Amino acid sequence: METTKLPPTSPSSPTTGFSVPSAEKVDGFPRRSMRRARQRRSHSSSQFRYQSSQVELTPLPLLKDAPVAELHDLFCKKLQQCCVLFDFLDCVADLKGKEIKRAALNELVESVATSRGVLIEPLYPEAIKMISVNIFRTLPPSENPEFDPEEDEPTLEASWPHLQLVYEFFLRFLESPDFQPSMAKRYVDQKFVLQLLELFDSEDPREREYLKTILHRVYGKLLGLRAYIRKQINNIFLRFIYETEHFNGVAELLEILGSIINGFALPLKSEHKQFLVRVLIPLHTAKSLSIFHAQLAYCVVQFMEKDATVTEYVRHTFSVVKGCKSPVMFLGEIEEILDVIEPSQFIRVQEPLFKQISACISSPHFQVAERALYFWNNEYILSLIEENCQVILPLVFATLYRVSKEHWNQTIVSLIYNVLKTFMEMNSKLFDDLTASYKVEKQKEMKRERERTELWRGLEEQQERRLQTLGEASRNQKNLQERGESAQPSSPQTALPEHPDLDLSGAPSTT
Amino acid sequence: SVEKEAPGGGADGDDSLYPIAVLIDELRNEDVQLRLNSIKKLSTIALALGVERTRTELLPFLTDTIYDEDEVLLALAEQLGNFTMLVGGPEYVHCLLPPLESLATVEETVVRDKAVESLRKISQEHSPVDLEVHFEPLVKRLASGDWFTSRTSACGLFSVCYPRVSSTVKAEIRQHFRTLCSDDTPMVRRAAASKLGEFAKVLELDYVKSDIISLFTALASDEQDSVRLLAVEACVSIATLLPQEDLETLVMPTLRQAAEDKSWRVRYMVADKFSELQKAVGPEITKNDLVPAFQNLLKDCEAEVRAAAANKVKEFCENLPEDSRETIIMTHILPCVKELVSDTNQHVKSALASVIMGLSTILGKDNTVEHLLPLFLAQLKDECPEVRLNIISNLDCVNEVIGIRQLSQSLLPAIVELAEDAKWRVRLAIIEYMPLLAGQLGVEFFDEKLNTLCMAWLIDHVYAIREAATCNLMKLVEKFGAEWAQNTIVPKVLGMANDPNYLHRMTTLFCINSLSEACGQEITTKQMLPVVLKMSNDQVANVRFNVAKSLQKIGPVLDSSALQTEVKPVLEKLATDTDMDVKYFAQEAISVLALA
Repeated sequence: METTKLPPTSPSSPTTGFSVPSAEKVDGFPRRSMRRARQRRSHSSSQFRYQSSQVELTPLPLLKDAPVAELHDLFCKKLQQCCVLFDFLDCVADLKGKEIKRAALNELVESVATSRGVLIEPLYPEAIKMISVNIFRTLPPSENPEFDPEEDEPTLEASWPHLQLVYEFFLRFLESPDFQPSMAKRYVDQKFVLQLLELFDSEDPREREYLKTILHRVYGKLLGLRAYIRKQINNIFLRFIYETEHFNGVAELLEILGSIINGFALPLKSEHKQFLVRVLIPLHTAKSLSIFHAQLAYCVVQFMEKDATVTEYVRHTFSVVKGCKSPVMFLGEIEEILDVIEPSQFIRVQEPLFKQISACISSPHFQVAERALYFWNNEYILSLIEENCQVILPLVFATLYRVSKEHWNQTIVSLIYNVLKTFMEMNSKLFDDLTASYKVEKQKEMKRERERTELWRGLEEQQERRLQTLGEASRNQKNLQERGESAQPSSPQTALPEHPDLDLSGAPSTT
Repeated sequence: SVEKEAPGGGADGDDSLYPIAVLIDELRNEDVQLRLNSIKKLSTIALALGVERTRTELLPFLTDTIYDEDEVLLALAEQLGNFTMLVGGPEYVHCLLPPLESLATVEETVVRDKAVESLRKISQEHSPVDLEVHFEPLVKRLASGDWFTSRTSACGLFSVCYPRVSSTVKAEIRQHFRTLCSDDTPMVRRAAASKLGEFAKVLELDYVKSDIISLFTALASDEQDSVRLLAVEACVSIATLLPQEDLETLVMPTLRQAAEDKSWRVRYMVADKFSELQKAVGPEITKNDLVPAFQNLLKDCEAEVRAAAANKVKEFCENLPEDSRETIIMTHILPCVKELVSDTNQHVKSALASVIMGLSTILGKDNTVEHLLPLFLAQLKDECPEVRLNIISNLDCVNEVIGIRQLSQSLLPAIVELAEDAKWRVRLAIIEYMPLLAGQLGVEFFDEKLNTLCMAWLIDHVYAIREAATCNLMKLVEKFGAEWAQNTIVPKVLGMANDPNYLHRMTTLFCINSLSEACGQEITTKQMLPVVLKMSNDQVANVRFNVAKSLQKIGPVLDSSALQTEVKPVLEKLATDTDMDVKYFAQEAISVLALA
């Protein structure tokens, strides 16, 4: 059984969750979502409107005033009371009821968080029911079908005043010292978890933040659900990559996985390696990579640190991820990987890696070229390059040489000169040889190019000739048929060319 | 080296000229773009190799090296679907299966789908024996693959081989399909659900009843709404296959449940497929079940669902059984429609506005005047321009029933407002309906109320509007005749030639370009030409070269003496202009009009 290191429970807020480098650390800018103080639009799920009749709530006595004997009964009644849902789009509807529920939820949160001995077995089904009724709902259609999480304001959940307290209650419930996984697992089952995961698509970042912490606690405490949770997250990611390209909670799920990977037992199970190769790496090709790249890169590096032999799998990154929409980000991640790579593993990936890097260096986009050239400023990478100079220099030399002569951006040109100088100092003999052979290579390349053109011209001429012959053949054949069997067999012009195996014309054969 | 001798017409001699290695090198080129180009010309390579070596050397190479960029794989998957003749015809078509099988398992959906498409194509070229010996085992392998991608691909292949195999194999295929319908991963269940209808169509009716219905019911109550909504699509095909008496027990419980699904996506799907469902279940069930279901969808709490249902209002009403159509519409549908007219969501209103006019033909004159007209009028005053536009663009339906005059009082303010809408696309749309409106409202009404609008568009600040406005004038002239043009439009257009704004002066030229033909030789020569010629002295070069272009355009309408005596000297003068472009267009006009 693998172990999961749980980060220390945060007593105050779920936002200070895991030890993942947040976006701030990566790009130095505050996240847009943090700056969103204003609440402009809000929507509510349709679940409320499905309730047939509205129940009138009456305030119950306070929990703290209840005699011990009646405490559980009252707790239960409050849970039931909180199962009533309210219309938050109409902000003046049933204010009294809303206030009663809010107060009850607050009491429940406080009671679960502070007093011991409250959570007894009969309360589990009631608590889970209350949570399910409130949080599980079909998320409403996005008001903006082309919602761009980086540009647009998210639509916020209108019923948040209640929903937040329900989530808070759920979190306290899971974190309570009285919490018994063996009892909870009867109610927090696979179906429950699946619905919980679907909520990660919520557009409201506040909701996703709670879900993240809650799912992490569930994963930590309910061991029987772990494999299932991982599998369902896989499915969500695969659907995101290959079907919809839309899911709001990718970053949050990756953040949870980042801390889960840390706890994987060694040697890594094939399930986990498969997850890396078939899910995490293809995630790099998503259009919206920038939103979750920090978390994704963290996961990949976690894998690397866990088990250095996965380098071979990460090799795929270099080849699979050529379709990456943002090479700068991708290069950043490669540098992070290289920072933790073992020299022996480096040798195994250096060839595809430096082919990729040299492709980036020759990019006309100066930021891409610049990011690639910065690798030579990293001392550890530089030491790896130096050790393998014999292999790497021939891989990148031609590109460096060419780009140094023709790149439009002066900064790039001077960066390349520095890189070339470094190489010259590393191995002047090899450098001189490559410089000397550059022209010859270049000419060879041009010769190959000429040969290619020649080859294809020949092939196409041949194809045309063949099709023509076939066309004639089929015409002749038709003529023959039209003339009936009386055709002149002696005429050499009408003799069919021999194509026993080829009949592109589709003409019916008479023979 | 690829030097070759001149072949004597015999194609066979060419084969040896190209060693396979050279060709394969092309498919392995380091540069993706070159590799892609080579793959796209794979048929050329195969043709050069001949069928024998294509089978024994090229295809094994392709099968072994399927680890490339998705773009290359996509091209390969497509090519192989058209390769039957290149491997030697139907007898050898099964040679194409190994590479396509690998392609059908790759991750990228587009590649996989293309591989499945090609497999479906070449399945038809297999003989029944080959289908059982080669093709069906491939389907089975895919269906029991480890990774979801191969199982997903298998779903699309069952229906193409089922009709042509023995009953034992058929039983196996049904079993595989059943297994995939309850697959562990939702991706595979979605693929199976989306092929359920297609598969049902090739099954024997007994198996439809015994197998398909239970799969349908299960998929329609899947835990994921993305699977459930696909079952709605299958419902149409399944209902079409079953005899009427079985529908109630086998299909309707599931359909009712889908129409009230807790997920709006499923309800949306039901609304979106409503007309198809209606046709599939027939008039009786429509009356008893679909009418209330449709009412609920029109009143759904999600705007998306209401809009989808609103879109179907006309079609649904049209397809109601004739004997009870009017009663159903008047008592059940119309009350919901009335509510939708004042819906809070503009997409709902605009969806309704695009079909609501169609109801008038169904309900006839009296009902239209009494019940529909107030709704049309309300929508014509809607705050959302799209709603108004949708009403105006469907005026022809109403015109046939009650005539447009009934509407004209409300129509005019709506048109005027749209004509001045801040969004140029709205203005553009209303311009496009002008000729239609003009035809229906008649020349008098037009002159009185709309003519000024049409002229105002000529000086709009958006070029696209000015351009559309000139085109509109031409259509109006076609409708109302040259005499009308001479009296109302031409003087105003020509007046703009003296406008201080050169853009407006150019508009005169653009109008002349499009009007000359419709106005005929006389008006063009006597009224338009002098103005054009005078503008050749304009101080703005853009105006001058447009004069050259206009002369080229209207030249064919003029008589030859005018061309020689009036046009030619002006063009010759412009051909010596200091501006390069003016010169160019003047020379072009001279040569096109053969005035040199």
